[in-house]
Amino acid sequence: MDRAAVETRVLRVLRWIVIAGLVVVTLFPFYYMLLLSVRPIDEVLQNPGRIWVGISEWTIDTYREVLTPSGSGGQGFLKFLSNSALVSVAATVMTLLVSIPGAYAVSRLRFTGRRQVHFLFLSVYLFPSILLAIPLFVLFTRLGLRGSLIGLTIVYIAQTLPVSIYMLRNYLTTIPVSLEEAAAVDGYSRLQTIRKVILPLAAPAVMANALYVFMIAWNEFLFALLFLVEERADWTVSLGLAQLSGGIEVSKTVLMAGSVVLTLPIVIIFFAAERLLTEGLTAGADKG
Amino acid sequence: MAVVHEPATEPTAGPSSGRKPLTRRQLENRAGLAYLSPTLVVVLVVVVLPIIWTVVLAFQRIRLVNLRRAGLFDNFTLANLELVLTSPGFWSSLWTTLIYTVGATFLSIFFGLIAALALRGRFRGRTLVRASVLLPYVAPVVAMTFVWNILLSPQFGLVNDWGARFFGWDRPLAFLSQREYTMSLFGWQVDVPLALLTVIAFEGWRYFPFAFLFLLARLQAVPADLEEAARVDGAAPTQIFRHILLPQLGAVIALLTVLRFIMTFNKFDDVYLLTGGGAGTEVVSVRVYEFLTARFDIGAASAQALVLAAGLVVLLIIYLRFMAPRVEGNED
Repeated sequence: MDRAAVETRVLRVLRWIVIAGLVVVTLFPFYYMLLLSVRPIDEVLQNPGRIWVGISEWTIDTYREVLTPSGSGGQGFLKFLSNSALVSVAATVMTLLVSIPGAYAVSRLRFTGRRQVHFLFLSVYLFPSILLAIPLFVLFTRLGLRGSLIGLTIVYIAQTLPVSIYMLRNYLTTIPVSLEEAAAVDGYSRLQTIRKVILPLAAPAVMANALYVFMIAWNEFLFALLFLVEERADWTVSLGLAQLSGGIEVSKTVLMAGSVVLTLPIVIIFFAAERLLTEGLTAGADKG
Repeated sequence: MAVVHEPATEPTAGPSSGRKPLTRRQLENRAGLAYLSPTLVVVLVVVVLPIIWTVVLAFQRIRLVNLRRAGLFDNFTLANLELVLTSPGFWSSLWTTLIYTVGATFLSIFFGLIAALALRGRFRGRTLVRASVLLPYVAPVVAMTFVWNILLSPQFGLVNDWGARFFGWDRPLAFLSQREYTMSLFGWQVDVPLALLTVIAFEGWRYFPFAFLFLLARLQAVPADLEEAARVDGAAPTQIFRHILLPQLGAVIALLTVLRFIMTFNKFDDVYLLTGGGAGTEVVSVRVYEFLTARFDIGAASAQALVLAAGLVVLLIIYLRFMAPRVEGNED
């Protein structure tokens, strides 16, 4: 047998081993999280190595403790969930409102400084967010925005705008200019053209973008920690969960139930729209 | 990258006579700036001005208590920088940051490449597997660090339990709180920075899907007949990878290296949530946070953050200058 044949055979087997390995490595932590969240804590401490328990042994006390309002002795995650949802949806809508015209300008219009705009965007990611955190902490304290969800939303908009514009721009450049010219001939103004011609065509990219912003806002931790830690009523789920782990009398299984509550919405959204998101994020990357 | 299409208006935009109405070019310029202005305002107010302010703060002795009275431009001093550069543990934390960044960047791209190659061809359930592989990247960091924490716990962690049961470990390993672990390897005693390696592994696990996504997109754009021709000529799979796929991937790998390097270098939450910066994993961004929240020393925290950003810029320049394989191909 020659080298090509040997390698092809070896790789055929190896490929399946790699695929199986990848699936286990990525999914197992999620499975373990789910499993621990329904096991009683003393049973976990006795048998840490079990990876299967029968349905009869399951408990939902952990979820009850996590979701019950703090007034009634629980951890109040329902409130945190609504805070997170509020911030994430607001950030998503605002980012799209700002980035759609921005992306259109960058992809279609010639204006002074168009080439330099990218350097400005780069600055968002080049500097550590902890560096931005210090002046924003001071600024928002002075404006009275620090303990509020509004301040947090503004930060998330700024953090996601550059990627958002980049993704949309890549998509907009694939829409033929002739369509716009036809619209112009029909007497559409530029804004009308964007609304009636460009937006419907760019709908997949806009959706992907919305998902991206939502995920970033939902998952974010540092700014929530810095801005909101003193106001329990304003905590997001990420922050609530992190604070929960510092509590003394919180068992690990309750912590895992909280993790499931935090992760589940994102996973559901992700699987519902996975194709949109992956294609939107890498649009243009394949042109290398 | 794609050429940006321009509306073909330029030739008609000649200078007109009389009351000098705006040319189409000028109108376009105005519209462009107008459409982009909300973005510019947000980025300017929430990003650029804070950066400039940090630079100013870094040269003033300001603590949280005297912040209100402090003027924006008085009492410049180098005391913060001196404090930061001479404080114990600064250089070692910069070194830790560098090892952490290089290790995590390499791991995430390496595993991303393997995953992209393995999941490239068709098989049953491919869509589902591809989506699952992305999960570590899209899931919330707080939840993921907690799961790892529990999995690796010395008291009730699955890894230590299985290690003892199936591999005969004589004592549990404290993956996230042990600075050095002495391993005997072929009779040699080797000190392994256990916690740091664990944090790097976590980072590789969490971000390989990011690399996977970009590499897969690029792989699928490689013309199929190129590979087919090589196969007909009797090239082995590794030869096809080395001589056909890898050259095509070069630009994306270079771009990914820069992106992952920047993001990991500045990373705060992963390390903070996993170890709190203890056990030899204190990266600079965690130190900045400590200065800010434990000592309320805004000046020193700013100086520290500035040093971090400066370090990143220097490393990026070195990389782009000397090591990047034709990154220019990615600029448009």
